[in-house]
Amino acid sequence: MSESITSVQHQSFYNVRPGFINWITSTDHKRIGLLYFYSISIFFFVGVVLGVLMRLELLNPGKDIMEAQTYNGIFTLHGVIMIFLFIIPGVPAVFGNFVMPLIIGAKDVSFPRINLLSWYLYVIGALFALSTLVFGDGIPDTGWTFYAPYSVKTGTNVTLAVLAAFILGFSSILTGLNFIVTIHRLRAPGMTWFKMPLFAWSLYATAWIQLLATPVIGITLLMIVAERTLGIGLFDPALGGDPILYQHLFWIYSHPAVYIMVLPAMGVVSEIIPVFSRRRIYGYKAIAFSSLAIAFVGYFVWGHHMFTSGMSGPARIIFSILTFLVAIPSGVKIFNWVATLYKGSITINPPMLYILAFIFQFMIGGLTGLVLGALATDVHVHDTYFVVAHFHYVMFGGTGFAFFGALHYWFPKIWGRMVNQKKATIAFYFMFVGFNTLYFPLFIAGMAGMPRRYYDYLPQFHNYNIISTVGSWILFVGFLFMIYNLLQSARNGEKASGNPYRALSLEWQTDSPPTVENFDKIPVVTEGPYEYKD
Amino acid sequence: MEHEKHHIVSYTSHLWIWVILLVFTVITVGVAEIDLQKLTVVVALAVATVKAVIVGAYFMHLKFDNKMLTIMASLVLLIFTVFLTITLIDYALR
Amino acid sequence: MSATTAIHDEHRDDFGAKMGMWLFLFTELLLFGGLFLVYTIYRFLNPEDFAHGGHELNLFVGTVNTVVLLTSSMTVAVSISAIQKGNKKLALSMLWVTIAAALVFMVNKYFEWGHKFEIGLYPGGDLFATLPPAERLFFLLYYFMTGLHGLHVIIGAILILFVIREINKGIIQHDNFAFHENAGLYWHLVDLIWIYLFPLMYLIH
Repeated sequence: MSESITSVQHQSFYNVRPGFINWITSTDHKRIGLLYFYSISIFFFVGVVLGVLMRLELLNPGKDIMEAQTYNGIFTLHGVIMIFLFIIPGVPAVFGNFVMPLIIGAKDVSFPRINLLSWYLYVIGALFALSTLVFGDGIPDTGWTFYAPYSVKTGTNVTLAVLAAFILGFSSILTGLNFIVTIHRLRAPGMTWFKMPLFAWSLYATAWIQLLATPVIGITLLMIVAERTLGIGLFDPALGGDPILYQHLFWIYSHPAVYIMVLPAMGVVSEIIPVFSRRRIYGYKAIAFSSLAIAFVGYFVWGHHMFTSGMSGPARIIFSILTFLVAIPSGVKIFNWVATLYKGSITINPPMLYILAFIFQFMIGGLTGLVLGALATDVHVHDTYFVVAHFHYVMFGGTGFAFFGALHYWFPKIWGRMVNQKKATIAFYFMFVGFNTLYFPLFIAGMAGMPRRYYDYLPQFHNYNIISTVGSWILFVGFLFMIYNLLQSARNGEKASGNPYRALSLEWQTDSPPTVENFDKIPVVTEGPYEYKD
Repeated sequence: MEHEKHHIVSYTSHLWIWVILLVFTVITVGVAEIDLQKLTVVVALAVATVKAVIVGAYFMHLKFDNKMLTIMASLVLLIFTVFLTITLIDYALR
Repeated sequence: MSATTAIHDEHRDDFGAKMGMWLFLFTELLLFGGLFLVYTIYRFLNPEDFAHGGHELNLFVGTVNTVVLLTSSMTVAVSISAIQKGNKKLALSMLWVTIAAALVFMVNKYFEWGHKFEIGLYPGGDLFATLPPAERLFFLLYYFMTGLHGLHVIIGAILILFVIREINKGIIQHDNFAFHENAGLYWHLVDLIWIYLFPLMYLIH
């Protein structure tokens, strides 16, 4: 255990060189993490509001509050914002930046200036994406997938949205590049690969996906821009092109991107569970390798998004089989987490609640994923609300909840104050109940055949939609209450000590909030991060 | 961090590598004139790959650097090859 | 985690920088990889039209450019060996040869493209419009891929100009040449991509 350190030049990173200009030109990984946090939060809020509006529109069949074309634009923008602006950068860019160098005992990332550059790219890309709301001939209405040939033909402002995704891709690549080199080169003395915390492992695996998959979407989106501006026909059957090739290229990136979204969240789970179970994590190596395995296998399963596209039969069978392989490492993780909980001395507090909800909801999302991965059943539920419910269970119920869990868990480290537990718990229950009320009925509606991405629906789906929309209100209330509580706690919360949870990983062995240099002296690691003995 | 010893490649060895690369260029252009039917693509890509490996190993120092870089590069090529293969399977069997 | 202390001085991580450069090169490879994938599929679907398109390209110019790029790759490699041995003069002259090679490459490219534009062989041109769809795809990919490659030649040349400046300023030395090495790696990548572009565009027919 580290001793309490008292030194003179010992100052929190907030107090050294304060002021807005100093923040947006800072190369300190903690400040960049927070810059990401504040910008991501703004865009996430916009995405949430768009989602609530969509649910409101779907309360009754027919027109409620908006025109069909507006609805098309809003569901596209909701997807683009949530995917590219919230969930892909979410955990890695915020907590990866803030916590990862601390957790491996480094002073910063390997390339601090490139790190700042990636934040600027994020902001520029985000402004591009949001500007489609105002400029041009309307919000893009293609869905976040920008499928050709429609994305080439539509008169709406697809070019700008596609360029936004291109720029955001570069931001993501640079973060990944930075993390790989940092994890290779800057681990504290004594921290071998297998003494490295699992959060760092999951970020490492994620970084490889960011690095290798993102360029493919980059070039694909450039082709779409070229198509729109020059009308050259790369994906237009009339001009010799093949629209299904666009789908291949798109999903070569976007399926691995699903693991960019979920792997860091799994890393968060692996950090929080041992701390609040006071037990060594069960199957450390299995969890570490399963991250790499998910990253690797994830490259080869993209075709399961295209089962009904007209792809060849044998290719569909190959993709279906490969898809089932992903279930193995995912299952390994779930079993190991549950085994860690078993006979642990469990503390139920807000971070732990979010993580337990992650396991519950991710399992529902994962198991329904098998329904979609299996060729025969997928053809039945393809493009229905079953798919919508599935990926919201994985992405929101999984990654989103893990993001909130991480936020509550590292809150004392980041802001130096404790979260109000009671209010946080109330907010959690609202969100948990709201989330499941919102999305569970959509599984049933989807099974019954309600197609996704439509403005209107048949009267027999009315009840499911009423329940779902009410769920969105509960969720939204819980969400607002959570924000209120966190803002309150950041101002008036009880002051946090360096290590309020008696955790063993390195980020807790320094002040809360940390000093500019992170550690007064770089720690030397002799034990693994989960050796809990009480 | 320790400052690793750098291997200095001699000027003559660079020159030899260059000569070998030029020879392969001559070969690939020459072979292209012969009609090998379906083998044309295979031969052209095989020669290109040999050239690429030589450039990677000698000019880009992979042979002398930490093996980690070679492992990473091979993994990247493997993943790209699989992308290509699976996509081709779809088109070949359609 | 038990934590005692160790002394840790400020350091320069040359290998880390090189690893970062390699990772960046991987992203470049996959950027072009996407285009190679499109090329492969469309070629697979339309072998005759692609072969015919390839025939239209000027093999002589392509071969000259291949030799030029291979030579420039060699000179960059020699300049790195030279700087390690402390021979600044040789390093600098080799880098200037590389810049000259980049210029020759781009001038060739200019005439090659210029000729095609003159005869209307470009998207929107008269001759282009008469081609069968798949052959048009070939030329689209030709312009897209060699254009993107040309852009990389320009970026690589600019990087090398920066290296020359840093050598002149005495920043790059026999024991501090990470930037020189990394710029060199980038230049070799440009060569590497051309090694595949050349047979795929000019030779396969």
